[in-house]
Amino acid sequence: MTSISQAEQRSAPPQPTRHYDIVREFVIAFLAVAVLTVGLSVLFSSPDEKPVTVASWAKADPNDFVATAASELAGASDSAGYGPPYNSTTGASQQLGPLKLEQWMGVTHPVNSAQDFVLTPLGSIPNDAALTTALAAYHGASATQQQTWATNYSNALAKAPNGDPAAVKAGDYGPVPVLTGRLLNLAKSGGLDGALQAQNGFYSTDYTKSLLFLSDGSYLGNLADAQHLSGDQWGMMNETGNFPGQAWLWLYTFWYQIKPFSTSSNGDALVWGVMALLSLLFILVPFLPGIRSIPRLVPVYRLIWRQYYRAERVAARRE
Amino acid sequence: MSSHSAEPAVTTGWTGRLRELWLRKLPPEKMLPDTQPAYVASWIYVFGVLTLSALLIVLISGGMLALKGPSWWHFSATGHFVNSLHLWSVELFMFFMVIHLWGKFFMAAWRGRRAMTWITGAVAFLGSVGTAFTGYLVQQNFDSQWISTQAKDGLNASGIGAFFNVLDFGQMLMWHIVLLPLIVGVLTIWHILLVRSRGVTPPIPLRERRPEPVHAGAAKATDARNDPNGSAEALS
Repeated sequence: MTSISQAEQRSAPPQPTRHYDIVREFVIAFLAVAVLTVGLSVLFSSPDEKPVTVASWAKADPNDFVATAASELAGASDSAGYGPPYNSTTGASQQLGPLKLEQWMGVTHPVNSAQDFVLTPLGSIPNDAALTTALAAYHGASATQQQTWATNYSNALAKAPNGDPAAVKAGDYGPVPVLTGRLLNLAKSGGLDGALQAQNGFYSTDYTKSLLFLSDGSYLGNLADAQHLSGDQWGMMNETGNFPGQAWLWLYTFWYQIKPFSTSSNGDALVWGVMALLSLLFILVPFLPGIRSIPRLVPVYRLIWRQYYRAERVAARRE
Repeated sequence: MSSHSAEPAVTTGWTGRLRELWLRKLPPEKMLPDTQPAYVASWIYVFGVLTLSALLIVLISGGMLALKGPSWWHFSATGHFVNSLHLWSVELFMFFMVIHLWGKFFMAAWRGRRAMTWITGAVAFLGSVGTAFTGYLVQQNFDSQWISTQAKDGLNASGIGAFFNVLDFGQMLMWHIVLLPLIVGVLTIWHILLVRSRGVTPPIPLRERRPEPVHAGAAKATDARNDPNGSAEALS
């Protein structure tokens, strides 16, 4: 884009003007928007779906809770194998072409799923001889043995009717059923909510561990699915209930609905790469040949300035 | 007792030079005009001031929520109503801003040395999307739980999650009520000052075709005469 000189601007013919009161315009606009906002608030209010707690999850869907706890011990949950920024699982990072941004940034919020979500909270339960014995057996075993027990139990839960721990067939599970059973009791009592959060200190406002544990289970996702909030339901731009959500995220959400983004193991990185590029192009529209010509090709401007063009035509006829 | 001189003050020092620069770039008649070009006659022009009005209501309602703390609206009917004001003013703000943006696009409003006006507006829009997003993260309800656990994947994949942790309520609250509003606020003020300084974009000249250039220099001069605010160049 080039700009014209000041001399050329000074030579421009003066434009006809009309009276205008900028302060009056602003006051009227502000009052109109204020009235509209109050009206919409009175009519529609705002949504406030209660948060899921670990306790409410454990009570509503104990089978899913126990399966999740077993998967944390087996290292098979989403968070256990997530990679950066939570842990350094090999091959878990997404990449954008040659750019391994996730891996390069490293582990900045370390999370050990088995330790943080299961073993540390269980260690805070006093006066439980069976639990103490189970923890001692678990800690005394090799890492391979621990994983074998937990994996066997996870697989057995998956095969049990409704994933019911009471219906699991006998097998080589070591102390894992005792550990997950006690964790379920702790969760139902509300103690696990506090135990997870207390790991960050008394005044913690960081819910990384609590939210990762909740999202490892199916319960949170099932609730979101029922509220049309899942990714394949354009969920990022939706809101609970029938309220408008973040409609302005439509383009970001759109990419997740189509290939290759919807099927690629690097889908998130690809979507963010595309959105970063589009955002840059959006900012630089005035400098992009072709894009900046669209307004002339799509003559919406003739509608916007129709009075001006009409007056111009009348003046031209008079001449 | 001070004495006053009738002679015009000599501009000295940083303060004096800043005042001189300000008055040169933004004289009072530009800052608070009581006339405007006759071609400013469309409803599309209203959406700029509507966006600004909605932004102010967003800030006022957000400030009221801040006074009582982030949990207030969950336990108080008054708080819930203020939260509703905040939500709906945000919805209106984004709605007005998107229409304003499309209007300015179809007016090619970057013509005549107004590229920075477009850029500040575009970045303010992206900043507003980020501010609204962090607002959804700090609602402290099911919606914020779900949005944060879903959004983390994209942010982590791009490396941003390493320092911008959407699962950290405290960090997101600070971004939502301090850092991002500051950025959007500064960009908005800058944008408005540029609009006042540069004036309203003139209409696109009605030409069926561009003049055949004899050579590059002649074509530029011809366009400039037809289009005193540089519109032809910015559209080619």
